[in-house]
Amino acid sequence: MSAAEPLLRVEDLRVEFPTEDGVVHAVDGITYEVHRGRTLGIVGESGSGKTVSSLTTLGLTRGQGARVSGRIMFEGRNLVELSERELRGIRGNEIAMVFQDPLSSLHPFFKVGAQLIEAVLAHQSVSKSKARERAIELLGLVGIPDPARRVDEFPHEFSGGMRQRAMIAMALANEPKVLIADEPTTALDVTVQAQILALMERLQKELGMAIVIITHDLGVVAELADDIAVMYAGRIVETSSAELLFSQPQHPYTWGLLKSIPTLDGSRDEALVPISGSPPSLIKPPSGCHFHPRCPYAQPDHARIDPQLEPVAGEPSHHVACLLEGDVRRRLWGELRAGRLPAEALASVGLPAQEQA
Amino acid sequence: MSTLVEVRDLVKHFPITRGIVIQRKVGAVQAVDGVSFDIEQGETLGIVGETGCGKSTTARLIMRLLAPSSGSIRFEGQDITDLKGARLKAVRREMQMIFQDPYSSLNPRKTIGSIIGEPFVIHGLEQGKGERRKAVQALMETVGLNPEHYNRYPHEFSGGQRQRIGVARALALKPKLLIADEPVSALDVSIQAQVLNLLRDLQREFGLTVVFIAHDLSVVRHMCDRVAVMYLGKIVEIGPGDALYSFPRHPYTGALLSAVPVVDPSRHGVARKLLSGDVPSPANPPSACRFHTRCPKAQERCSIDEPLLEEQDSGTRVACHYPLTREEIPPIGVRSSG
Repeated sequence: MSAAEPLLRVEDLRVEFPTEDGVVHAVDGITYEVHRGRTLGIVGESGSGKTVSSLTTLGLTRGQGARVSGRIMFEGRNLVELSERELRGIRGNEIAMVFQDPLSSLHPFFKVGAQLIEAVLAHQSVSKSKARERAIELLGLVGIPDPARRVDEFPHEFSGGMRQRAMIAMALANEPKVLIADEPTTALDVTVQAQILALMERLQKELGMAIVIITHDLGVVAELADDIAVMYAGRIVETSSAELLFSQPQHPYTWGLLKSIPTLDGSRDEALVPISGSPPSLIKPPSGCHFHPRCPYAQPDHARIDPQLEPVAGEPSHHVACLLEGDVRRRLWGELRAGRLPAEALASVGLPAQEQA
Repeated sequence: MSTLVEVRDLVKHFPITRGIVIQRKVGAVQAVDGVSFDIEQGETLGIVGETGCGKSTTARLIMRLLAPSSGSIRFEGQDITDLKGARLKAVRREMQMIFQDPYSSLNPRKTIGSIIGEPFVIHGLEQGKGERRKAVQALMETVGLNPEHYNRYPHEFSGGQRQRIGVARALALKPKLLIADEPVSALDVSIQAQVLNLLRDLQREFGLTVVFIAHDLSVVRHMCDRVAVMYLGKIVEIGPGDALYSFPRHPYTGALLSAVPVVDPSRHGVARKLLSGDVPSPANPPSACRFHTRCPKAQERCSIDEPLLEEQDSGTRVACHYPLTREEIPPIGVRSSG
């Protein structure tokens, strides 16, 4: 990791939504950094707070009565404290976002070109014809064939992959320093997904921006991300470089994710090892380690003690929030990687098995 | 092994009409266009392909939820293509479906006891009230639901549990054929594995024949004995999963496999074969080989002369004039161990 100042630094961010049933702790104190020219992957399941944290970065949770605390530092300014007006100067200009569903993110009544021109004019004082030229240039940049003609088409005339390209073009309109992509390929077929991922990689090389990619797909982050943060129930439970996360994962939740996806080259007879139970309620998250009710290796005191993100011994850029001893974790993963089940791994390191909730 | 389902030259064209009062047919979406395959007793057949390739339509045709435009479907030797009324109902008992969306496929106003018990009502089985309840609770136990939740409503369950309800309903009549249309694509990663394991266990336990439709190639490889790859309403390659995944012969199969992101950053930057462009419209598909517009190996012949499914020495049947050779296999599954 570069020692340079991070472009975007999120510090102890908390986002809470008061509802009739109680306060939803969507994001529960997360800290991460995004560096120039690098890609951060945020991985987690639905309800882990990954989308809320990035929406908050752009102030997009303000209208929903969210209570936000912590700091989001971007170029010396704390985005949490900015006024809506100041934030509008940054949103879509210096920090841009690509959303999951390209069909509902484009306005069906307006031509794709008109929407791109609007994005350009919102932040640049150029003439309309200049903005149109820029729109055509952007569509060409993201690989849409015949952009001069396509610019005058409506979103429904575009295929799913082309719409997502148009969304990326719109996000790039003002050459942002940070691009946040929230599940950019989830709605797309694999062949189109591969095209979009290759496009994002190429654009990052050409334009040198930082990318935050939010996804539930470990394959996608393995392709694209330099650094990865794994989120569970509103917290980051593990963060490291992509290589280390896949070769030496430290958190039982990360192990669970890795062991529960079938691979193209694994043995077919090997049963998948699902994570038992289901994600917890964010209104009343479990005490202690949020993962303990689903963790096969949890010990009695894990329900009381709150684990903090701490560096892994010998790997300064690798942090994990787990109450197990580092040595025990290493042995457990060694057993799991050799294809043993959690219960067998637990027995071989000599820990007592716990009742699962 | 005997053949459970025989599909021959199955065609489904959806008409495109113009006009409000007098409707003229101006074209047709060729959703499924001449598909033939067999499903053996007890096997899992996977159908993969991109959105709009006709995989769901094929499933619905087998179930007779749609009437085919032409072609025939035989179930246990009996031609079911034109069955109606009571005889169709009798056949439908033998085949059941699990749907993609566990939220919209369960009636929110019914308790899960009555949802799972509905097949019994329709077919007049397990008439006594206590009997039916017992049968439903046994099913709930089989799929890993708590039988005490008999009187709860669907909204009280998580996505994975709802999918289990769907599985229990499908198993109620002890069908011979189970068609699962994208059964896990709406679920979270950690829950997906639970449902996949359940389906595999149930298949072994009940000796079910399963048609497994998915766009996720790793999931299909894990679940299926044989795999059919569809492109624009046609099967382009079909064969045993091992052969198809280790040595894909159709350029489209190769491209699909190459596009799957691999959970291994050390392979980051391995050149993959990207297909350019999008799938053409099924209302106006390309001539002859439908893949020739995007195929890296296409020659002049491919746009004139339609390739038929032919047996290859590598074990799969492929519809291609110029199948991939060993040297051309895209880099998949070549991870070094350790």
